[in-house]
Amino acid sequence: MTLRRESTAFFLFVALCLAFLLLLFSHASWREKADRESYGEKREIVKALGLTDLCLFTEARYSRHPAVADRFTPFQDHPLSLEHFPSASILLPPPHLSAP
Amino acid sequence: MSWTGKQRNILDFTLSSLLRRKGRNAALVFVYAFVVFLLASVVFLAQSIKEEAKEVLREAPEIVVQRLVAGRHDMIPETYIERIRGIPGVQSAKARLWGYYYEPLNGANYTVIADENFPYGKGTIVIGNGVARHLPPLVGKTMPMRTYGGSYLFMRIRETLSSESELVSSDLILMSVDDFRKLFRIPEGVGTDLVLTVRNPREVATVAGKIVEILPDTRPITRSEVLRTYDAVFDWRGGMIVANLIGALMAFVIFAWDKATGLSAEERREIGILKGVGWETSDVILMKFWEGVVVSLSSFFLGVILAYVHVFFASATLFESALKGWSVLYPDFRLKPVITPYLVSVLFFLTVVPYTFATIVPSWRAATTDPDAVMRA
Amino acid sequence: MARIELKGIRKVFNAGKPNEFCALDGITATIEPNRTTVLKGPSGSGKTTLLSILGCMARPTSGRIFLGGREISSLPERFLTEIRRKTFGFIFQQFHLVKGLSALENVMVPAYPLGESREALRERATGLLALLEVGHRARTNVEWLSGGEAQRVAIGRALINDPAALIADEPTAHLDSRLSREFMGIVKHLGSKGKTVIIASHDPLVYESEGVAEVIPMRDGKVLLEEAR
Repeated sequence: MTLRRESTAFFLFVALCLAFLLLLFSHASWREKADRESYGEKREIVKALGLTDLCLFTEARYSRHPAVADRFTPFQDHPLSLEHFPSASILLPPPHLSAP
Repeated sequence: MSWTGKQRNILDFTLSSLLRRKGRNAALVFVYAFVVFLLASVVFLAQSIKEEAKEVLREAPEIVVQRLVAGRHDMIPETYIERIRGIPGVQSAKARLWGYYYEPLNGANYTVIADENFPYGKGTIVIGNGVARHLPPLVGKTMPMRTYGGSYLFMRIRETLSSESELVSSDLILMSVDDFRKLFRIPEGVGTDLVLTVRNPREVATVAGKIVEILPDTRPITRSEVLRTYDAVFDWRGGMIVANLIGALMAFVIFAWDKATGLSAEERREIGILKGVGWETSDVILMKFWEGVVVSLSSFFLGVILAYVHVFFASATLFESALKGWSVLYPDFRLKPVITPYLVSVLFFLTVVPYTFATIVPSWRAATTDPDAVMRA
Repeated sequence: MARIELKGIRKVFNAGKPNEFCALDGITATIEPNRTTVLKGPSGSGKTTLLSILGCMARPTSGRIFLGGREISSLPERFLTEIRRKTFGFIFQQFHLVKGLSALENVMVPAYPLGESREALRERATGLLALLEVGHRARTNVEWLSGGEAQRVAIGRALINDPAALIADEPTAHLDSRLSREFMGIVKHLGSKGKTVIIASHDPLVYESEGVAEVIPMRDGKVLLEEAR
């Protein structure tokens, strides 16, 4: 009678997970090829309209267009005003604003 | 009598120990897996946005010139164009018109862009897929837009941009230049900003410098700055969210440490018996090591795999409320799936190593129980 | 199995503190191999302490122990543990079987760190349980075993690594007369096979049993010389 060992079950579980992980890797690379078209489309739009930002957060100007945000708008109400847009607390300021 | 034989035997025993307290250990794995899931989701999301930005914003304007008045954005006069064209290296310069439109009926903010090559003529608009999805009730084919003069422009929706392009176009409304000026009451001769092309890409920085010289109230932004924005802003290693999640992770590790120091009487007794029947301190530590590995490795796999599915198949829906904030539009994130060995190993080291460590170190004390103590128990 | 010699063994607990207690006060004795020896005496006589020192589970405060002529009292921890693992199998008074595990698994536990293939180990353990006539309960969790069955499983566990000597602390404390006699029967059987057995007990059923070759009477941490058999 073959011995059913707990460690065998665990190794199987790990192997399964690794296989899954590999599946994810291959999914990502498959999608990369499949997505090239939509990339092309997005790039076209960016070029045609001269866009500077991705559309991620539409609640505030400086979270909608962080790349071209000025220093002022986050403090538009008052220089010491606290942040009231959740997305802005996630975003770090663009490096060219904090550079000397 | 081999090293691997010993590891496997002890692993067997550890697993059967864990299974003996099935409920508690299952809960432990699930909770830890959830923490890993959140962390990994953030990592995947941020990394993917970063790469997407890099790919797509390659075609962003080479230089954007804004005008600032008392630190705030203001309209830029088209007369500046001539002066900029005079700078050597500048190939072309033109004004752009774009802004934000707030729709009170549904609370959404749209980005409106005047397209000088707008194909459909006056009175019509092209909208992004996100706009289409969140149209206020009663708006069918015609969208009433309130001008800054107080009247209404009834714009016919001619086309909706594809869902594939949502990441750049979700909240856009495109219209003709005339309509834009009418809507926002912007006179001729000014624009929102200027976009330039430069003959030699290596000259961009110099040109930008010159622009500021001759037009001190302007602020040029180069394409590389745009790209670097996204690189830095979505660097998950520095984000606020990740800081929070690492905190959660550490809290969990501390909890594991606490659990290990406060071994239940049952567990202490068991360790005592093991020492009594001949297990050495190192054998007990090894058992604790495997315990830590089994729990954290399982959580790691579950968390990471589910995070990938969550972000790249379900558009990171769990983050919707956090990311959406005040906005009404939440783009359908058809993000490019990103997973690299680097990311996976970082997550692995963050989740497995501290937890295993936190399981072993505090158990030291119990593991060094004098076997003699068992005799007297 | 070699002879164990004890010379002037003293064991003091909590030395220097107000609750200082001297459990063994100069024990000098010899345990001959391949025989059954009983340490007889009431509770508090130091039997358990002496057992744990004999079995290399604890060190004496002073005095020397020789195993086969070789002094082991001053060996570093690692070597002592090694000797203990190879030489002695313990049966504790409370049995101390691991709850939640089956009888068979309990028997196998001491051998896990030695790296033997689990299949081979399992066979050996099964054989042992069969020998002890408790093979039919191999898969039962130990919480469900009767006192006598648990006793036998504890013996099996002590024997799994095939030690030269078996050490038992008050083995009949929780057994009725019938089971006690059965236990001594097993001891006699093991003795006939050449195993050294050292038992600490104040139960006459034990020290007056047929298979016992030597009785070392103890009281208040000392050996009582006049009663030795």
